[in-house]
Amino acid sequence: MRPMAQIAMVMNLDKCIGCHTCSVTCKQAWTNRRGTEYVWFNNVETLPGQGYPRRWADQNRWKGGWERTRSGRLRLRAGGRARRLGTLFANPDLPTLDDYYEPWTYEYKNLIDAPAGDDMPVARPVSQISGEPLDTLQWGPNWDDDLGGAPEHAPKDPLVEKVREQVGEKIRFEFEQSFMFYLPRICEHCLNPACVSACPSGALYKRVEDGIVLVDQERCRGWRMCVSSCPYKKVYFNHATGKAEKCTLCYPRVEIGMPTICSETCVGRMRYLGVMLYDADKVTEAAAVTDEHDLYPAQLESFLDPRDPAVEAAARASGISDDWLEAARRSPVFDLIRTYQVALPLHPEYRTMPMVWYVPPLSPVVEAVAASGHDGEDAGNLFGAIEGLRIPVEYLAELLTAGDTYPVEAVLRRMAAMRVHMRARNLGEEPDPAVAHSVRLTGDELEDMFRLLAVAKYEDRYVVPTAARADADALADSHPLDAACPVGAEPGRPVLLNLAPTRRTV
Amino acid sequence: MQQKQGDDPADLLVRAGRFLTRDSFSEDLRTTTRTDSRAAESFYRDRWSHDKVVHSTHGVNCTGSCRWKVYVKDGIITWETQATDYPDVGPDRPEYEPRGCPRGASFSWYTYSPSRVRYPYVRGVLLEMYREARRRLTDPVLAWADIQNDPERRRRYQQARGKGGLVRADWDEAVEIVAAAHVHTIKTYGPDRVAGFSPIPAMSMASHAAGARFHSLIGAPMLSFYDWYADLPVASPQVFGDQTDVPESGDWWDAAYLMMWGSNVPVTRTPDAHWMTEARYRGQKVVAVSPDYADNTKFADEWMHPHPGTDGALALAMGHVVLKEFFVDRRTPYFTDYVKHFTDLPFLVTLKESGAGLVPDKFLNARDLGQDVENAEWKPVLLDSATGDPVVPHGTLGHRWSKGAAPEWNLDLGDSDPLLTLYEDGGDAAEVALPRFEEGAPGIVRRGVPVRGVGGRLVTTVYDLLLAQYAVARPGLPGQWPTSYEDADTPGTPGWQETLTSVPAAQAVRVAREFADTAERSQGRCMILMGAGTNHWFHSETIYRAFLALLTLTGCQGRNGGGWGHYVGQEKCRPVTGWATLAAASDWSRPPRQMIGAGWFYLHTDQWRYDTLPPQALASELGESRFAGMTGADCLAASARMGWMPSYPTFDRSPLDLGEQDIDRTVAELKAGSLKLAVEDPDAPANWPRVMTVWRANLFGSSSKGNEYFLKHLLGTHSNLPEGGPRCAPRDVTRREEDVEGKLDLLLCLDFRMTSTTLLCDVVLPAATWYEKHDLSSTDMHPFLHAFTPAVDPPWQARTDYDAFLAVARRFSDLARGHLGVRKDLVATALQHDTPGGEMAQPGGVALDWGKGECEPVPGRTMYDLTVVERDYTAVGEKFAALGPLVDRLGVTTKAVTFDVGEEVAYLKRKNGTVRGGVADGRPRLDTARRACETILALSGTSNGRLATQGFHTLERRTGREMAHLAAEHEGKRVTYADTQAAPVPVITSPEWSGSESGGRRYTAFTINTEHLKPWHTLTGRQHFFLDHDWLHEVGEALPVYKPPLNMHRLYGEPELGTVGEGREVAVRFLTPHNKWAIHSQYQDNLYMMTLGRGGQTVWMSPQDAEAIGVRDNEWVEAVNRNGVVTARAIVSHTMPPGTVYMNHAQERTVGVPRTEKTGRRGGIHNSLTRIMLKPTHLIGGYAQLTWAFNYLGPTGNQRDEVTVIRRRSQEVQF
Repeated sequence: MRPMAQIAMVMNLDKCIGCHTCSVTCKQAWTNRRGTEYVWFNNVETLPGQGYPRRWADQNRWKGGWERTRSGRLRLRAGGRARRLGTLFANPDLPTLDDYYEPWTYEYKNLIDAPAGDDMPVARPVSQISGEPLDTLQWGPNWDDDLGGAPEHAPKDPLVEKVREQVGEKIRFEFEQSFMFYLPRICEHCLNPACVSACPSGALYKRVEDGIVLVDQERCRGWRMCVSSCPYKKVYFNHATGKAEKCTLCYPRVEIGMPTICSETCVGRMRYLGVMLYDADKVTEAAAVTDEHDLYPAQLESFLDPRDPAVEAAARASGISDDWLEAARRSPVFDLIRTYQVALPLHPEYRTMPMVWYVPPLSPVVEAVAASGHDGEDAGNLFGAIEGLRIPVEYLAELLTAGDTYPVEAVLRRMAAMRVHMRARNLGEEPDPAVAHSVRLTGDELEDMFRLLAVAKYEDRYVVPTAARADADALADSHPLDAACPVGAEPGRPVLLNLAPTRRTV
Repeated sequence: MQQKQGDDPADLLVRAGRFLTRDSFSEDLRTTTRTDSRAAESFYRDRWSHDKVVHSTHGVNCTGSCRWKVYVKDGIITWETQATDYPDVGPDRPEYEPRGCPRGASFSWYTYSPSRVRYPYVRGVLLEMYREARRRLTDPVLAWADIQNDPERRRRYQQARGKGGLVRADWDEAVEIVAAAHVHTIKTYGPDRVAGFSPIPAMSMASHAAGARFHSLIGAPMLSFYDWYADLPVASPQVFGDQTDVPESGDWWDAAYLMMWGSNVPVTRTPDAHWMTEARYRGQKVVAVSPDYADNTKFADEWMHPHPGTDGALALAMGHVVLKEFFVDRRTPYFTDYVKHFTDLPFLVTLKESGAGLVPDKFLNARDLGQDVENAEWKPVLLDSATGDPVVPHGTLGHRWSKGAAPEWNLDLGDSDPLLTLYEDGGDAAEVALPRFEEGAPGIVRRGVPVRGVGGRLVTTVYDLLLAQYAVARPGLPGQWPTSYEDADTPGTPGWQETLTSVPAAQAVRVAREFADTAERSQGRCMILMGAGTNHWFHSETIYRAFLALLTLTGCQGRNGGGWGHYVGQEKCRPVTGWATLAAASDWSRPPRQMIGAGWFYLHTDQWRYDTLPPQALASELGESRFAGMTGADCLAASARMGWMPSYPTFDRSPLDLGEQDIDRTVAELKAGSLKLAVEDPDAPANWPRVMTVWRANLFGSSSKGNEYFLKHLLGTHSNLPEGGPRCAPRDVTRREEDVEGKLDLLLCLDFRMTSTTLLCDVVLPAATWYEKHDLSSTDMHPFLHAFTPAVDPPWQARTDYDAFLAVARRFSDLARGHLGVRKDLVATALQHDTPGGEMAQPGGVALDWGKGECEPVPGRTMYDLTVVERDYTAVGEKFAALGPLVDRLGVTTKAVTFDVGEEVAYLKRKNGTVRGGVADGRPRLDTARRACETILALSGTSNGRLATQGFHTLERRTGREMAHLAAEHEGKRVTYADTQAAPVPVITSPEWSGSESGGRRYTAFTINTEHLKPWHTLTGRQHFFLDHDWLHEVGEALPVYKPPLNMHRLYGEPELGTVGEGREVAVRFLTPHNKWAIHSQYQDNLYMMTLGRGGQTVWMSPQDAEAIGVRDNEWVEAVNRNGVVTARAIVSHTMPPGTVYMNHAQERTVGVPRTEKTGRRGGIHNSLTRIMLKPTHLIGGYAQLTWAFNYLGPTGNQRDEVTVIRRRSQEVQF
């Protein structure tokens, strides 16, 4: 056992209101610079939909993430090192600006400066790249928001393409069948990050102390292999600096115990941030299991229980400090992922072992159920049966569990059970213990889970240990005052680099 | 285990290479651990670093009032994130933090944006004229007059409005022009020819009060906005006698059943939506009612999608189920007890013979019974269930204004148990005729009610009438009753509503049953969040009354977790008394002129001329043809004559002239017809408004329903209004043959960004943004007071609204010397709500028009109150900047509770300092926004525990009920401005509002009524189902009733919905719901929001409609109707119902809008396709709760019933 610690995130999609505040606060703080006009470290997508960049989840096209070879090894989908070296100067798997969108602005000054004329002045749209007029804007980072244009665009959602064969009836993009939910996305800060392995310059790294994956802005040579190999398309190319940039998990904040901007500004209160301990020795194995349906359980098993004395001892031995261990024990993320098992990984089939997990959304009952006059007295009926919900479970499973519907259904049932249990409490009635029992939890556990999902105060949602770099010497190393400081420039703090392909045989 | 030599030659390199580095490798060779310098990490740390963080908020009409951290680096505002320091709301519920939305998060973009107004601007052509005249004549007022007296020059600059050519001026010159225009107008026409428009004081109270104070001091009317925006739910004054009072969002958590009905919570209540998502986990069931698959439906357990505007039918059918199952089939003690105490259901109503049989008439009152008691005709009666005798219960309007010593204005029923129904086996019954309004149906339905003779009259109860109206049968009653829930032919049933709404009857029944069952089990914890989707219709109050009936029948009003959540407009200015005092300048003179916005715009943009809708078409078949021959303008004029609604300009003569003569003489002249009301000839040049100031608003790019009429008639510039078209034929109002263009001499606005309004203005003053000033904000959504605090000083030449108006006021006073001096101003005010004279002016709600010889003109009774106000025009600047002495003498008043503020004035003298010398010598200073904020807080009960407690003691004397304990815990607390800057401050429970925050409780409306038995401000003192005013009977709205959306085809000649015309165009319902990427027009031009949306004007439409006109997603379309033209791109989505398009509210023409194909001119805004339609019943006044107050009651600027023809246009666009 080789315990390592990572700051991980859980987003409860059932609470996401799709407001995009996270996107705006993130962009204002990090990417409203020249060269990053089109870059959104955090974005929110309406599903079903194509996402940003378009159809990013189609790895047949983009070749992101890992694949398991017949011999059981993991290999970057982008190909082996030789192929990647061969395509260094003409990477065929890079999204173009059209796949993202051509950032634009308007000739705002005309509103003030327009000379006397014959009509009301207007600010005409122009490209931020070329300065040329864009009279009819064609695509944006959130073009299909709220299913706008869905009849035309949503059928090209790679997940829709996958599940249509199974549940075509449910996905017809017709009024009565309408369903949607939002998916906010940041970098997954994976345990097995393809971007790190793909970088020819070794510029991407995963910090040992908190697992944050970063691009070294000095080392980066702009090869963009990280861009293509990231299956989530969360590494971007800054066209002004010629370097790659990505979500930093707001490390300047996280290091001092503050939550990321996207977390703190989440108006839906749906983000949770906390420590996860994992066994570094299990990562490769977990990422390479044969059956894709086993990827979620395998990753789940690679996490370590911080309350387990053996884990505690091993963690200390590997240099994890007490405050981190304590944070791990109080981690809301751990509880959502492990204790209540309501959070699931995003596209585990990419085999990068992502560390931003999601609670799947409930949805209104389908038209056929709604139209009926079934008995409202029945607590089970009040919230609709899981199989009667609008969002097809198969669709959620393609997103979160490599297509296995069982874990998704289990989560939705647990949420429904919590609501039924709490309704009794709400009305001052005695909850039926069978409800909790049916999802293999006790009533008390359901109530704890309820508090975490509903009440969770600021300090319950974000448990971020300070002193991420408890070692004062090391602190000196990367502090901005460094430049002026005559001592302590070396040695640096450790980081992890993944080599590709992994060398472990099964 | 190591693998064999790899098949990838690169492996070898790695393998070899590892021995050449200092890096360490994991056992499986998967990872390298490297320890070289991470100095590059400083890149993002530098980016994050900042110098200071300042807390402020946003002054936009969004109900947010969110607290934000504004980051400053090197003196530059960089970005903002939400503050998380809200006071704790308790251990078992979520907190308010963080509050905010993407729009607010993008605000700092404006600070340095290229569309920022940095300097004063004047329309170039006007500035040249002014400079020339000023050189020639020296005197600024004469220079302005010189231009105005020359029709050619006046026309020239008017026609240049909105067409560029703004040039920089300096502050002194711009302010001089503004001041000169005001002086000239007042001198020539009178102060009521000036108008100010600035909405929503709650969103920045000092900034609002600054301009309002200037206008009040000079005697200029301020235009109302809540009703103009159609955000005012007219049902609220009708039912509650209250403008609007609702639960804070934290109280959603307490609800056990939640319906979101026409309120898209995640989009329009973004900072509060989490309460709704979280309350679901507490076992709350959520139902979304929306015609499209709106954002909020995602969170619902069920989605009901009635056809747009038919929600009232669904609510009535649900009420049918509730009444049948929970009142008639089974008596529900909780419900019965509630309605007996807190509603008018047990009260007696007389029945009278009409041509069509018996119809409900008026409430039976004590005078009808021959009782010789004070205010007898204002005391409705009920029967005692034990004795069967008539009882005059406490708490009626007559008790409210009683001068008697015994406090009887309370809801204590004593020993009497009101009789709810007169029904008994074998009892008397009579058939009454009730109106119905479904298209194509007969206009009358006949149903029996149990009756009795009381005081020589045939009466029944409101409850019995309600059962008849809702089609709930009881054995033995005559008339037409449904056979079952599914009976589709009988109005009122679930089956009937299905034919109108498309909502399955079974679903309506089930949801109604769940709703009432939950209300019974939870004792009233069912809530309906209702919003603009159901409130902006012509007949919205009929929809709302059906909603409110559901809530009131089930005992949900005045209960935490229950009741109506009407969140449309940030109407709750919590420290209302202090704000109102400053804004109305009632510390110096009373009364102020305050005007109904919709009435003003309807007249002065000449929309009345085009309004061919005959009010008689709205009448019930049981009506008495009261509106025969009348037009909308005639109704407005009648309302003005009868003193119901204010009207400015009031007379066809200057009120400064009338102020010099005896009031009796003025009345005599009116009666004789030698003096006329201006509303009776609105197009006469003497009756035009001449100067208008807009601040904190973008009237011309947002709320201007009938936008093109504004451009043509009010401003006199180009418009997209079709030429010609039919005009109305008024009965009483003079319609001049020629259209008038260009009424306004001056349009002034203050803004920090370029909008349609600034583009159209003659003078634009650069305003400070919300991160550059001191101010206060509050909302109905949370109970906290927030401060604005400058993160930086106003950059360039920007000034705060407060400083700008102070400059204007001072310059105005200078110029007034020699032109105006001290004058007497005759102020005509409408009969006023919450005053005995106003509410008891017109007994029985009998409409008598002295202009038609139906009664004598008696000021304050059958017509306006008339007051002479002395105005020292040379002292306006001095008075602006000091708290005047009237507050010492008369106190300050809200909702008829007058506060003695002697101690507060003494405190303010010390806190703010005192003025030395001049007319305000020794008075507290008000020369800065900060001091204004301090004054607002000191003069309001919500922020001053002493006043709150004092006010409750006043109410205790009037009601005989204990209440002061509600505020006593904070009696010594005085919230200062610095407190509000440091953190959000919870307000103190105060008689200014109807609910309680005592003990940290979540606020909900009317708990003081239900728990402390304080009556509602209505005729019966209870919540009303029945309204007996003549005009309400005329339109058939005495009881909740279903009225379909207006038939624009029949009424205005628009194509019938669904008509597919030549050249592939289709007629569709045109709805303008609030925008996800903007708050009204604010943020809609913001690059972040434009980028997250589609970057310009869009129209959402269904695939079916898109198919009909051959348009694909993102292709350009054009929408045309009799009011104007819009060009936009289509968003095609299956979430839209066929036959309806959405153009999200307030998408401006300033950004990315090309010229139209139809006219070749710039495309319009959403309101280019709408037009004001006045509903006569909104004009009622002088009768109990139906009595005017500012933003409390008035005609709404509704716009939902509109239709348009839409077609695909050329995809080549020209800008």
